[in-house]
Amino acid sequence: MIRLVPHPILSLMLLGMWLLLTRFSLGHLVLGTAIALVAGWAMGELHPARVHIRRWTPILRLGVVVPSDILRSNLAVAGLILTNGRRGTRRPGFVRIPLELRDPTGLAILSIIITATPGTAWIEHDRESGILILHIFDLIDESAQRDEIRRRYEAPLIEIFQ
Amino acid sequence: MNHLAGIPLWIALPVAVLVVTGSSLALLGTIGLVRLRSFYDRLHAPTLGTSWGVGAILLASMLLFSWLESRPVLHEALLGILVIVTTPATYLFLGRAALHRDRAENAPDVPKAAADDKAQD
Repeated sequence: MIRLVPHPILSLMLLGMWLLLTRFSLGHLVLGTAIALVAGWAMGELHPARVHIRRWTPILRLGVVVPSDILRSNLAVAGLILTNGRRGTRRPGFVRIPLELRDPTGLAILSIIITATPGTAWIEHDRESGILILHIFDLIDESAQRDEIRRRYEAPLIEIFQ
Repeated sequence: MNHLAGIPLWIALPVAVLVVTGSSLALLGTIGLVRLRSFYDRLHAPTLGTSWGVGAILLASMLLFSWLESRPVLHEALLGILVIVTTPATYLFLGRAALHRDRAENAPDVPKAAADDKAQD
């Protein structure tokens, strides 16, 4: 089974993408499956690190939490731009967060979440120490910010991948 | 625009709200990009456009065309996914380049390297 479908998640996502781009029909289901399988074999030849998903439920939780958090920061940053940073009282700053997350896929997803959230920007990460440096647009409470990233995003990602 | 005339209010209203919200966020993002002073601050403004700015417009498009074609039109979701997944690459490059420049110039208020740090808390 693993030899036939070396990257099941990748192949499934490619098939999904194929069906979204074309109109759904039996013919496209077959063609899309064939393309997804061939792409999976090609990917297998490159020997990338295998992605292990240990638990699925935190994915659903992240799927709800992340878009709503991003919406809230959208409104917050839009408000700050409109009010000229609360009449000049906005204080930007850097925050260092020691991460326990080491899985490369998990880190990639964390970087996507942080980049997609207005108000937080991923600046530097050191693989050895796990230290992450973020730039925060409106830094009110440094340790609260640190806790929020660790609790809301890092903890579920650790559950999923480690 | 004849085919748009037959759209019922309950579709037209959310579509209009989503399009206006999305484009307003994108506009505010570009205004921020022009008005903010520091490079790091400017990193934040365009993410308004790349997150819910594009998200709301894509949702509106999915809603409208699903109704017009009487079938679920979902391929806009791919655009959203590709925008969300690819933006970190450019942002990481920009952020790191700025950090590298500031450290080389010994600019004030630059965080020390993540590598030479013994966890501070």
